Amino acid sequence: MYAQMVKSEATKDDPAKLAAFQVRIDAGEKIEPKDWMPEGYRKTLIRQVGQHAHSEIVGQLPEGNWITRAPTLERKANLLAKVQDEAGHGLYLYCAAETLGVSRDEMTEMLLDGRMKYSSIFNYPTLTWADMGAVGWLVDGAAIMNQVPLQRTSYGPYARAMVRVCKEESFHQRQGFHIMMAMVNGNAEQKRMAQDALNRTWYPALMMFGPSDKDSVHSSQSMAWKIKINTNDELRQKFVDETVPQAEYLGLTIPDEGLTWNEETGHYDYTEPDWNEFFDVISGNGPCNVDRLSARQKAWDDGAWLRDAMTAHAAKKATRNLAAE
Amino acid sequence: MAGTSNPTQIDGQLFEFLLRQGDNVLVLGHRTSEWCGVAPALEEDIALTNTALDLIGQTQLWLGYAGEVEGKGRSANDLAFLRDVYDFRNVLMLEVPNEDFGRTLMRQFLFDAFQVPWLTALCASSNQNVADIAAKSVKEAIYHLDRSTETVIALGDGTEESNARMQSALDYLWPYVGELFGEDDVDKAMHEAGVAPMPATLRGDWETTVNSTLSQACLTLPDSKFAHSGGRTGFRHTEHLGHMLATMQTLQRSYPGAAW
Ligand SMILES: [Fe+2]
Ligand SMILES: [Fe+2]
Repeated sequence: MYAQMVKSEATKDDPAKLAAFQVRIDAGEKIEPKDWMPEGYRKTLIRQVGQHAHSEIVGQLPEGNWITRAPTLERKANLLAKVQDEAGHGLYLYCAAETLGVSRDEMTEMLLDGRMKYSSIFNYPTLTWADMGAVGWLVDGAAIMNQVPLQRTSYGPYARAMVRVCKEESFHQRQGFHIMMAMVNGNAEQKRMAQDALNRTWYPALMMFGPSDKDSVHSSQSMAWKIKINTNDELRQKFVDETVPQAEYLGLTIPDEGLTWNEETGHYDYTEPDWNEFFDVISGNGPCNVDRLSARQKAWDDGAWLRDAMTAHAAKKATRNLAAE
Repeated sequence: MAGTSNPTQIDGQLFEFLLRQGDNVLVLGHRTSEWCGVAPALEEDIALTNTALDLIGQTQLWLGYAGEVEGKGRSANDLAFLRDVYDFRNVLMLEVPNEDFGRTLMRQFLFDAFQVPWLTALCASSNQNVADIAAKSVKEAIYHLDRSTETVIALGDGTEESNARMQSALDYLWPYVGELFGEDDVDKAMHEAGVAPMPATLRGDWETTVNSTLSQACLTLPDSKFAHSGGRTGFRHTEHLGHMLATMQTLQRSYPGAAW
């Protein structure tokens, strides 16, 4: 997901306070910034919300790659608006994380020096226009699977950010699906692009939900705290079940020979992604990790003079206003 | 256009006039969109993308109407994606590369300061379509001008480095501003038909805005009166436009006739 493999932090708080906190969580109460919370809860959330925010921002890059090459004025406007929405999501999420006591600038520095991560999916390249379809359809689609339940997460500012984000994500998914429709209804080359994009995006999209539950050691505390609502495998199965009919409707083939409907379980059986590849990507060896981070680093470095100037101007203005009083 | 003796000629000139309007916003919208995802701060990223979106929307209106006036069945997309450099009619200032964020914002400001009085005047055009497009666009232009003015002042005033960057942006762009106020047969024909004022008549207004903003921004107006030209007539664009079009038009050129 946008927050993959977030390790729950151990907590050394007073057991009575911890128990009272758990009672509030179990009763479905929202935890607000000024409320007492265990240190582990705070730290885990900072990591999760921060990782989610960074994913929105780094996630601008693969789609930004096609803005200047969008094939029509309408498509260009739609894609721009979509990538802009992702910047907006980043902004809400950084604000949510700031309520936990960490600033946006600090989080950005942690992203750039590798202390904080972003979703593995954004380390894959976008090679043809059909990727704009596949990303919207599958990546935003997978994001929705995870984020809809997070609207009920225990931390108030995070839950509220998710409500705003989810509305836009479903719009993004439809937009991506429409791009795919145009491609599969197009000429032979466009159909080829569509199938190729699906071939490349399918397994990385499945990896977005994180490792299989049997290998996912960090979940139980986060689930007890309602920072995480569903297990990785539950969400992945739901995604597969919803996506298969959509691919059939498009006339595209999901690149999994093991994909079959299982009458007994009422779900599709599918082949797990190559988890070695996943661990390679999250440890920095994905096809685009270096390029993505250096693009963010460059934007940050190139923007330093501007951020300094804005701060200096605001300070001068404040002094001038004071002098005028 | 009542009373003109040669409707074909005036339609041809109206078409040229509409391309100038449409290509200005198309080309600037494209340059602006290059910042999406890599601007210096999230707020700037979002704001500049809004500007790009407005400009693309305006492009659709101007070029859509240009295609109608031309009467050859070309859509706004055909005009944007299937013309080559010498058929573009934007002013040169809008096609030069963004360079840094300072130059991007300085250009936006110099253009916005023209667009606001220009579109305001076009709201009274004898051509109802032109008046309607201008009425819709001017609201956006006023907002863009507010924002670019504020940013130019902040960056000019901010630090020594930001001031130097903004001054060099202004120095670079200055020889390109004169083209905004050009006057040729198309301008004269539009003026006579009551479609648009002569651009040169807006220079006073423009200078008032520019002088006041630049002085608040602690920037110095360059002395040179030299003005490059060749964009709005299509006679001689800069080398930069061809690269922009190679990128922008790649899919339409590589897969002729495909629907996207
Ligand atoms: Fe998003
Ligand atoms: Fe999205």
